Amino acid sequence: MNNNLQEQIIRSGDLNVLKCMRCGKCSATCPSYDEMEYHPHQFVYMVEKGNIQPLLNSESLYKCLTCFACVERCPRGVEPAKVVEAVRLAAVRKQDGNHLTADKIPAMLDEDLPQQAIVTALRKYAK
Amino acid sequence: MQRIGVFVCHCGTNIAATVDVKAVAEALGHEAGVVISQDYQYMCSESGQNLVKDAIKEHNLSGVVICSCSPRMHENTFRKAAAAAGLNPYMVEIANIREQCSWIHKDIATATEKAVILGRAAIAKVHLNAPLTAGESPVVKRALVIGGGIAGIQTALDIAEAGFDVDIVEKSPTIGGKMAQIDKTFPTLDCAACILTPKMVEASQNEKIHIHSYSEVSDVKGFVGNFSVTIKKKARFVDELKCTGCGLCTEKCPMKKVPNDFNLGLDNKTAIYIPFAQAVPKVATIDPEYCIMKKTGKCGLCSKVCSAGAIDYNQEDKFVEEKYGAIVVATGFNPIKLDKYDEFAYNQCADVVTSLELERLMNAAGPNGGTLLRPSDKTHPHKIVFVQCVGSRCDDSKGKPYCSKICCMYTAKHAMLIREKYPDTEVYVFYIDVRTPGKNFDEFYRRAVEQYNVHYIKGMVGKVTPKADGKIDVQASDLLSNEQLHIDADMVVLAAAIEPDKTARPLATMLTTQMDTNDFFTEAHPKLRPVESATAGIFLSGACQGPKDIPETVAQASAAAAKAIGLLCKNSITCNPCVAHADELMCNGCSSCEKVCPYGAITYQDKEFRMPNRTIAVRRVASVNPAVCQGCGACTVACPSGAMDLNGFSNKQIMAEVDAICK
Repeated sequence: MNNNLQEQIIRSGDLNVLKCMRCGKCSATCPSYDEMEYHPHQFVYMVEKGNIQPLLNSESLYKCLTCFACVERCPRGVEPAKVVEAVRLAAVRKQDGNHLTADKIPAMLDEDLPQQAIVTALRKYAK
Repeated sequence: MQRIGVFVCHCGTNIAATVDVKAVAEALGHEAGVVISQDYQYMCSESGQNLVKDAIKEHNLSGVVICSCSPRMHENTFRKAAAAAGLNPYMVEIANIREQCSWIHKDIATATEKAVILGRAAIAKVHLNAPLTAGESPVVKRALVIGGGIAGIQTALDIAEAGFDVDIVEKSPTIGGKMAQIDKTFPTLDCAACILTPKMVEASQNEKIHIHSYSEVSDVKGFVGNFSVTIKKKARFVDELKCTGCGLCTEKCPMKKVPNDFNLGLDNKTAIYIPFAQAVPKVATIDPEYCIMKKTGKCGLCSKVCSAGAIDYNQEDKFVEEKYGAIVVATGFNPIKLDKYDEFAYNQCADVVTSLELERLMNAAGPNGGTLLRPSDKTHPHKIVFVQCVGSRCDDSKGKPYCSKICCMYTAKHAMLIREKYPDTEVYVFYIDVRTPGKNFDEFYRRAVEQYNVHYIKGMVGKVTPKADGKIDVQASDLLSNEQLHIDADMVVLAAAIEPDKTARPLATMLTTQMDTNDFFTEAHPKLRPVESATAGIFLSGACQGPKDIPETVAQASAAAAKAIGLLCKNSITCNPCVAHADELMCNGCSSCEKVCPYGAITYQDKEFRMPNRTIAVRRVASVNPAVCQGCGACTVACPSGAMDLNGFSNKQIMAEVDAICK
């Protein structure tokens, strides 16, 4: 249980996980379902319960295609893809665990590339 | 100067704990005109009321102020007490020092101060009160039931049983409603037609009941006990009185490609049709949109074969006006349209059907004669997936926020009936929650699982994809085993949410009754007055008030009938004397009041007035029908010249109260 992290995720994503009525339509509609260790409905439930560490450590974060099928079809307006995105953002913002040193980054920057893309990329292909 | 008595109630500790009641009585005792000021623990009790009665007699009071709870609670109690002591009941005023004072304040000093101010305002008003006499208005001993489904039929039968005339107005060519389309009923699985059609016949044969089929209510005027309703009898191009319902015309009609709405478009009917064999009245109706004669002027086959000479291509809509004492709304429900739910492929695949369509597909009188076949290729389905809560419990723009209540039970029924009749068919039900409160309801659902081996899966269907081989891929989640499933189904059945009939909203406007945001009629009190609307004389029956199954609908229908009968039994009803009236000398005939009056109580008339120098002028002035006026006061606010005033709440009285508060 990590209250601060939970609060930060809920706030950063403007999430309302309490609206979930546990129908599972998000996971029923998800094209990446079989690739994910934690499924969309579990993301919603685990964020609601504050059980976030397993999500941060899971590859599932990067398996979500952000296709928004779950957002489109969720009958309660929970927007599960936004929940995944908010957790992903928390992972990206985390201190340490980088696979590049800070001094290598300036060379990678160019005008067209958002900085966050680099940070996300080095997270995504880590380990 | 009035002789006023002030009575301050403790209401146990409800008031006395926050308001110093003795100080209030003392302070108000010094007000002008107050001859006696007392406090008592429970003013509404018998001894409290006696205190008021005795004081009225002993001190010859001409006005009474009770400082107590809301007038909604006990105004009537004290008015009756005053009347018993010989005082006009409208000389009693209530100062609400409970809901508007003691319950919302904590500080005793300020609450006491406010209670004194509220008491002063009431005293100021009583000084200007005048005795009022309540009039009486007669009750027309006839009821109108709008909607001829099971709710309307039951209500009409019960009212007729009590000896009153009752009219049913039904918009389709036959009564029977949704129940006529249903195959079997839960939880006993008896055939719907077997229990409904006898009631339809009973209604048609009862001499107290008159059925206006293929008709709509087009205007409502009047008020409780005396409604005047215009009924539009739509042209059916067949003389109801002559038609014998032999059906020969429907056999001969050459236009056979009309979508059959009774079977929800699953098959076709002819342009002249009788909705179903047990229709009441059993009279043919011509659909002018498809009739060749109506469209081209050439054909006339039905007219030629009709031995009764009932066909009349020139028939026109007819309007009849009737008087009623009570109106019961029984407009019912419809399943929602599923156009917005592309993920279920309802519009793409004929084998994805709604539950009501499945009723017709399984019905012996349905398009397949009771054999369950896929609409697309007329083969037996071997794997059927049911999806619950389609459009119910939704917090989005597509669906409805409420639970439709009947779907869990009818889905269990469908699943069971299919497993019983076709044991080789596998049935899956995807559910979010199974909600089966009700007598023998949960047992019914458990039977589907335990005895009939229906696969209930906790989860939802996310995507339905029709495949080239005719199968349907159903992608769903199984939350308990944390899996995503793919089922190769032959048919998918969607439990579509239900919504009030579209005719309900314009009807509510005509009846000046309230609706909620979902267009369900609002009851006068959610617990204690569930079958009455807030508008006097309008009662609610069946699913127009909220989702309901048949047993509940019938119970509510009888309850609404009982309330209507209670009204019809009276010879007259007491009118509220606190109605508006116009000061003709001040009225300039601008029509502002007429426009804001929600009850249609205000009319204008040209009147002669004596003018200076012995001249006479004709002026247009407002006139209020006191029997129709409900005393809402909207006109008094709208009137620009201050000509409109409300008995018991005159502009002067209100200003006196405001002055007393601001003093």
